[in-house]
Amino acid sequence: MKLFTYNLLSLRVGVGPHGFPLHLQATKVHINPEDFNPDSVAHMIPKVEWVAFLEVTNTLHLIKLPKGPIHGHERDEKFLRKMHILQETDVLEGILQRPRLSFNWSKLISVIQMHCAFSTS
Amino acid sequence: MDSNHQNNYKLNKTEKKFLRKQIKARHTLLRHEGIETVSYATQVLVVANGGLGNGVSRNQLLPVLEKCGPVDALLMPPNKPYSFVRYKTTEESERAYITLNGKEIVDDLGQKIILYLNFVEKAQWKELGLQALPPGLMVVEEIISSEDEKMLLESVNWTEDTENQNFQKSLKHRRVKHFGYEFHYENNNVDKNKPLPGGLPDICDSILEKWLKEGFIKHKPDQLTVNQYEPGHGIPAHIDTHSAFEDEIVSLSLGSEIVMDFKHPDGVTVPVMLPRRSLLVMTGESRYLWTHGITPRKFDTVQASKSHKSGIITSDVGDLTLSKRGIRTSFTFRKVRQTPCNCSYPLVCDSQMKETPSSFPESDKEASQLEREYVHQVYEEIAGHFSSTRHTPWPRVVEFLKALPSGSLVADIGCGNGKYLGVNKELYMIGCDRSQNLVDICRERQFEAFVCDALAVPIHSGSCDACISIAVIHHFATAARRVAAIQELVRLLRPGGKALIYVWAMEQEYNNKKSKYLRENRVSQGKKEEINSDTSVQELLVEQMPVVGNQDSACSVPSTNDFQKGGCDSRKVTDSKLPVHTNRTSFHSQDLLVPWHLKGNPGKIQLVEPFGPVGSHDPSPVFHRYYHVFCAGELEAACQTLSNVSVLQSYYDQGNWSVNNNSAKLEKLQMCINRMSKLWSVHTICY
Repeated sequence: MKLFTYNLLSLRVGVGPHGFPLHLQATKVHINPEDFNPDSVAHMIPKVEWVAFLEVTNTLHLIKLPKGPIHGHERDEKFLRKMHILQETDVLEGILQRPRLSFNWSKLISVIQMHCAFSTS
Repeated sequence: MDSNHQNNYKLNKTEKKFLRKQIKARHTLLRHEGIETVSYATQVLVVANGGLGNGVSRNQLLPVLEKCGPVDALLMPPNKPYSFVRYKTTEESERAYITLNGKEIVDDLGQKIILYLNFVEKAQWKELGLQALPPGLMVVEEIISSEDEKMLLESVNWTEDTENQNFQKSLKHRRVKHFGYEFHYENNNVDKNKPLPGGLPDICDSILEKWLKEGFIKHKPDQLTVNQYEPGHGIPAHIDTHSAFEDEIVSLSLGSEIVMDFKHPDGVTVPVMLPRRSLLVMTGESRYLWTHGITPRKFDTVQASKSHKSGIITSDVGDLTLSKRGIRTSFTFRKVRQTPCNCSYPLVCDSQMKETPSSFPESDKEASQLEREYVHQVYEEIAGHFSSTRHTPWPRVVEFLKALPSGSLVADIGCGNGKYLGVNKELYMIGCDRSQNLVDICRERQFEAFVCDALAVPIHSGSCDACISIAVIHHFATAARRVAAIQELVRLLRPGGKALIYVWAMEQEYNNKKSKYLRENRVSQGKKEEINSDTSVQELLVEQMPVVGNQDSACSVPSTNDFQKGGCDSRKVTDSKLPVHTNRTSFHSQDLLVPWHLKGNPGKIQLVEPFGPVGSHDPSPVFHRYYHVFCAGELEAACQTLSNVSVLQSYYDQGNWSVNNNSAKLEKLQMCINRMSKLWSVHTICY
């Protein structure tokens, strides 16, 4: 699944808002070239959980990002092109963590999702 | 083989192999049958593989054994893959032990069988207990003449097709035809208000009158089922639905004899020989409590002596052999019951069945149990086939997605095979579904998708610009859970975000216009395949076995489990009191089970123990999905219970199928609206 999708994930386990953000340690990624649509990337940026995103891009040495979304990013094509990796990066393997819980994400995200679903019901 | 032999000479390769097999046979006998073999010579030998259950008959085995000396007794227990032989002296039995071990003989079907012999102290087998016909059972031999038999057999026209196809079916293990009333295999009952035109064949009339006069039957039947069994065919163990038919059920055997197995819930099995031209009369306990069935096989174990014709088999294991089956045609006459059954066997009586908690679920636990069994597991099973019927997006959903601004983040909760995930490439769409198999399909298509429960979607609150829930909420089994599912959708939305919800509507007629879903039925009457897959459940199920259709040809006499399993499973559906919907008819209840006929062999399906085993040999198993169909206003009301939501628009959609004039596409669309054509739809907005 794409980096952006991971960034949106939130565990629905137990009570409280602790399930977000999740820390992703990606160990295997694949870059799928996709058409660059500045509007579409610009639309995503406000939704990005920056700290978690920064963490994963740093560990993957993908790109150098500022500490937060830059002002007027909608018109900064250079920045938007960088952020386009949200869509282009396919995470194949990794570990997702949240405080006191960690899951090995070797193959499918579904395992953990099922776990979450069951825990809440 | 005793140690002596091993010491005397070195074993060659073949001998080693036999020794190994012989030891294996010994272990098997001990483990499965409790038969202890001994390492010293006795007069009695157990002949592994030389049994009736292995297709070896008495007249084949006996000459082989007699070559080693006169046989004192040959005991062949029914359905066992071994027999016992007793010689007059130990010398003879030793000779047999040495010369016959590893001997190859050819069974009645031409298959090679290798015998393995071991000494035993005495011949032993589980006593079947005192054998008696089940109470209320009667077999009348030679009830009709050969001429009448011929006439009856010729009266059944198996070739006529199209006109009568509703009443004639080719089931997995036999051919069947109905008269008087059609028997619906879907619910194992008859539609009492819908007698078939023509009633019973005239030819039966005089025969029935005669039986009435002679006192073999007390009531005149009004329903006839004609079954034709080829050798190797069978019918699963079953009890004829109590509420469907009166006490007396009679069956005429024509063309060939057959052994029918009667089983008491305690586990006692009584195989009963039904000779050619005999009448089986089942009343009382034998009709209400005992199951009856025919094991699919090509040979029956029967009494060897000629004097014995009908009745119980296995009274004497020294007198059993095999009989090759021929084509048997049975005429089963029953009288349709007009009032609920009040028999004294409430445990197996559908009329007296107590309502179980799982019926209309009241607690959250019951509801989630029901959903797990009748929604989650079913979709997992049918995923491949389901996906192949879901390729055309509904136009109004597409319209909704196309209208969203470019770059919008959209979640499709219950995305199925992902048919909406790629509709608008300008959106960032994430799909999720409860079915792993469906999610796998989405991923193969390179969509973003994961498995989750719609009540706990692992997406950060307030992140989505829009959500769609297409034909999902109607699978939740209580009002509270349906509201919770909507609430979860709303949680995902950002302020001002929109959701589109579709559910199946109770009302399939709107403004006096029948929905496409209903109209399809009328159009399809004469057609085949596609529509059959949704309409005629009856055609695809084995008689009287509700959803379990597993009777594979390899099994021998059904075990006690079969009854219990069949019993339980049938109860699962009948018990639950959730009505089973007849596809392409109006809904009679808001909560119901809708049948799905699994077609083809979608390779990726993994079995999750659904409603009985589904083997690849089973052409079309039927699954039931739970639905709560929504009345007008119900979905809106559910949305309005949520504080931060407003309903933007609600409409009644029937798929808008006629808009598209491309005929090739139209055909696809018909498949798509197969199931969900008239739906209530609600736009909600979060603020």
